[in-house]
Amino acid sequence: MSKSHHARKLMVLGAIWAVLLLAPYWMPPLGGYTALGTRVLVLGIAAMSVNFLLGFTGVLSFGHAAYFGLGAYGAGLTLKFLAASTPLALICGTLLGGIAGAVLGALIVRRRGVYFAMVTIAFGQVFYYIAFQWSSLTGGDDGLRGFSRQPLDLGRFSIDIASNAQYFYYFVLFCFALVTGAMAFVLRSPFGRTMLAIRENERRARFLGIPVERHIWIAFTLSCLFVAFAGALYALINNFADPRGLHYSQSGDFVIMAVMGGMRTFWGPLLGAAVFVVLQDYLSSITINWMSFIGLMFVLVVLFFPRGLLGVIRLGRAA
Amino acid sequence: MSQLLLFNVTNGLIIGAFYVLMALGLSLILNLSNVINFAHGGFLVAGGYIAYTITPYVGFWGALLVAPLVTAAIGLAVERVLIRPLYGRDPLYGLLLTFGLAFIFEDGTRFIWGAQGKPVTIPAFLAQPLSDELFFITGYRLFMVVMVAVAVGLLFVLLRYTRLGIRIRAGTLDLETVAALGINVGMLRSLNFSVGVFLAGLSGVLAAGQLGLEPTMGAGLLMPSFIAIIVGGVGSLLGTLLGGLLIGVASGVTAVFFPQASEAIMYVMMAVVLLIRPRGLLGEEGMMT
Repeated sequence: MSKSHHARKLMVLGAIWAVLLLAPYWMPPLGGYTALGTRVLVLGIAAMSVNFLLGFTGVLSFGHAAYFGLGAYGAGLTLKFLAASTPLALICGTLLGGIAGAVLGALIVRRRGVYFAMVTIAFGQVFYYIAFQWSSLTGGDDGLRGFSRQPLDLGRFSIDIASNAQYFYYFVLFCFALVTGAMAFVLRSPFGRTMLAIRENERRARFLGIPVERHIWIAFTLSCLFVAFAGALYALINNFADPRGLHYSQSGDFVIMAVMGGMRTFWGPLLGAAVFVVLQDYLSSITINWMSFIGLMFVLVVLFFPRGLLGVIRLGRAA
Repeated sequence: MSQLLLFNVTNGLIIGAFYVLMALGLSLILNLSNVINFAHGGFLVAGGYIAYTITPYVGFWGALLVAPLVTAAIGLAVERVLIRPLYGRDPLYGLLLTFGLAFIFEDGTRFIWGAQGKPVTIPAFLAQPLSDELFFITGYRLFMVVMVAVAVGLLFVLLRYTRLGIRIRAGTLDLETVAALGINVGMLRSLNFSVGVFLAGLSGVLAAGQLGLEPTMGAGLLMPSFIAIIVGGVGSLLGTLLGGLLIGVASGVTAVFFPQASEAIMYVMMAVVLLIRPRGLLGEEGMMT
């Protein structure tokens, strides 16, 4: 059992990466475009970061858009004012969101359940207002413009991710691999096991001597770093950072992606992000009432698909 | 300067009173159903638009009473059909469901009444300023505060002296025991939810007279209500009342000195409260964990 289980896991993993690696080739014939794939990957990272907390630590952050947006503004401002370097922009954006998450996280981690969600939402909105009001720096309502992603300079040669959409897709896929690798590494580490222990039975974890608050804080901070990285990448897609990317409704989108895909699964949120992005893209092209449909999707997922797509598949297999 | 300050403090109190009305409804639902009702803003907007639609038939005063009742009826239906199946499950689901509902409400309002804002007429005698000195206090604003005070007063009377109210308060503390004593908890939650939504509908009608109507107005009023609850202390309605007034005044006063930060100050206050007194000003120990 264990051997075949392992083999199947490897096969699934191989299939996922094959699909992702070949996306620029199979997407256009199906009516997609490469930039759509790039968006799925980036929002997939964000949804997986939310799920890192929700699915694996058992705490719901409804304010991750703030750190996502901080990553975006961090990257944009770096490119605009500091230096024309894509890697530097990504690093600065990630750090900005991660540090903000670490500081606020210290205030948030003592809350649980629905109150944790409430406090994360409320704190997340602070950054929305800052981005909105500080127009001299952030461009206010219009968003931050006037920067563009730069070709990657690797010493001897450079990769033109700035104008070639396909190269940029592969660059984002590379980043995606880094982040998912890091997440998987953390989740498999002893620390990751304590996250699961906290999710399953917090009191027991506490009695076993796990400093629960500190571990949730670490998980929260890591998750904010990941989501800020996604935000930084997102700013590079359109060379634009949008204040609405910091709004709590964006957080809601991340959470629904995670839930729809399957929040107890590692890859579920990526699937959720794919479904969400494609659906949104399609709906907004055919109807002006797409908001209702997205809202309806929330309701239907909650009522009929609380385990998400992958969760249902897994349940079917176990039965 | 002092008049400017007075103006903004009054303004803050009026807005704060408004947050209180929203936040009390949210708080009631949160305490008993453990659901953060994201659709609360949607109910507010629905209340406002319903009032707008029925005013020609029942007049301003009729709408003031009927619109919140209709909204409460919608709320009752929503609770029965959509929210009831979620009790006993992770609170995440209630949050997500009402979040989706908020989208549907906003879009639905736009679909029925149009994306354009609607002006709302109020009785002429309420539109007058009180006096030349107090030019910034129109009769309507005073009327709003009085209405809020009456509603809050009635709510507290309901909670303290009626059987329903006593059960709601008991359920907030220990729902299991309440159920064991033979009280129909499902019914209790439904009624409680409707009372909360009634308050949202009333806020909507009052807001319509002051701000006019727009499909998006609910979302903007929702966040301050959250903060009012957190600052005041989860589980304490008196705390919510205090929290709402406090952030209203703080935001009003900040508007004098540093207008850009008038929203942000509420969040700063929340951070300070969470840092110094994590359970909120009047919160019970342990309610928020």
